[in-house]
Amino acid sequence: MNQDPVSQNDQERLGELVTINIGPSHPAMHGTLRVVTVTDGETIVKAEPEIGYLHRGVEKLGESLTYHQFIPITDRLNYCSAITNNVSYEMAVEKLMGIEVPEKAQLVRVIMMELARIADHEVCVGILGVDLGAFTPFFYLIIQREEIYEIFEWYNGARLTNTFGRIGGLDADLPDDFEERWRELKPNLRKANEETEKLLTHNRIWMDRTIGVSAFSPEDALNWGFTGPCLRACGVKRDLRKDETYCMYDQFDFEVPVGKNGDVFDRYKVRMIEMEESIKIIDQAYKLYKEMPADAPLKARVPKVIKPPVGEVYSALESPNGELGFFVRSDGSNKAYRIKIRPPCYMIYQAFNDLVKGEMIADLIACISSLNVVAGELDR
Amino acid sequence: MDLRERVEKCLGPEGLMVAMTECRGDLSVEVPKTRLLDVMHLLKDTPDLEFDFLSDVLGVDNLAFYEKQKPKKKPEGEDTEAKKEKGPSPPRFEVIYLLLSLKRTERLQVKIRVAEDDMEVDSVTSIWKAANWPEREAFDMFGLRFKGHPNLKRLLMWDEFPAYPLRKDYPLEGRGEERHLVYGE
Repeated sequence: MNQDPVSQNDQERLGELVTINIGPSHPAMHGTLRVVTVTDGETIVKAEPEIGYLHRGVEKLGESLTYHQFIPITDRLNYCSAITNNVSYEMAVEKLMGIEVPEKAQLVRVIMMELARIADHEVCVGILGVDLGAFTPFFYLIIQREEIYEIFEWYNGARLTNTFGRIGGLDADLPDDFEERWRELKPNLRKANEETEKLLTHNRIWMDRTIGVSAFSPEDALNWGFTGPCLRACGVKRDLRKDETYCMYDQFDFEVPVGKNGDVFDRYKVRMIEMEESIKIIDQAYKLYKEMPADAPLKARVPKVIKPPVGEVYSALESPNGELGFFVRSDGSNKAYRIKIRPPCYMIYQAFNDLVKGEMIADLIACISSLNVVAGELDR
Repeated sequence: MDLRERVEKCLGPEGLMVAMTECRGDLSVEVPKTRLLDVMHLLKDTPDLEFDFLSDVLGVDNLAFYEKQKPKKKPEGEDTEAKKEKGPSPPRFEVIYLLLSLKRTERLQVKIRVAEDDMEVDSVTSIWKAANWPEREAFDMFGLRFKGHPNLKRLLMWDEFPAYPLRKDYPLEGRGEERHLVYGE
């Protein structure tokens, strides 16, 4: 059985139309994405994403592992910002158990999550540049990402798959000389962003390749379930950190950048501004953290064996890509009865056909990079 | 008026509400399966609810719940009769829709129960395009059939996969299915 995702209608016009299979193993298709495109000359008539090449059955695994054992699995969702996944999952279980996390632990979570957000955006913008032929910014950004990973490595020894925190709080405090490291890193981050902006933002080639490409209206974006930078690029001011605040985000002063056209340029620009805002948040969070007494608790009192009462909750936070939610149902045992992950890029990527229809093939690559589709969280 | 009362006021008079539960502040309302689309339209268009954003759609298999409740030792020989007395078994599957109101930033879970012998559910893709892939995934993982879905194919597993892997009776290790690619035909 060979089921072609291209419908019969399109095939009837064959001769004019050419089907091109991009991926799943292609340098420009991040990870294992595959798009079956029907093209008329160089214009895309239809682009059907085929996913599932990295499906590992994470949700099924979650039903057979205890609550703490599942934390390392969540690292493998969006591997560019594993810490956000860990915290999102922990927050869901904490909500289910009714645990109040100590403030100090929340502040450390904020600091680490914002570092992860910067790292994630740096990868996304860097790769977007590479895919459009601008190689230099990639190096500026990836060096700084490496520095952020140094901090993660210092915290608990892991760079990418951090397994950060525990249910109820944290297992370890920030390293003593975090302040020193952050003071060193901050100007470098800003400088890298500045250099990137100098190279890209007003670059004629960059503007031609990104402005107006795969523009999307806010109504469509909301109907398709967009969240995060891709939604904000369309002009909708929605950020869970502000709208459904968690982890003391209501105490920080930061802006939520919005775009106008929802095209690749706006998504790029929103991400660049968000990095700057994240730096501000880290500064404020660290200031609050310093005011805490040194022996303030890092973990709430939780039983050794996590057995949440029967019930089901959905808890979401603003990951670098958008709303990352965990639905957890407990049957009272030490394993979750059902875990459903709501990955942000999954909802965005399903609109891919609408996003790239009528564009050129080269713009398809630009679009896929700007959406920041991560196969790990897409296929789970 | 809090969300619970508003939902009750909206769905109650029409007889569209089967049950309502709350867990840690998450409100969940169970509605009759056959009237799902009416409920969704009401929730979306009623002025003081406005659930205009669909976060996710997910399926749940309740097989293990029911197996736990069964008596462990059955009386011998009277197996069939005991079943008859019990009446029809409770519906095995659930579909949960996670709704969000952007204006009010309120969340609501809408739940329907689906019996194993009637797996057809109305698709909400006509209201929210966002339901496209989540419904395909629920079909892929549980075998729920969404009526009116534009492209109901397997999403994460391959097309020829013979089972529904997230059902509770499917083993974690799989059953040794292998993919045999057929080229061309």
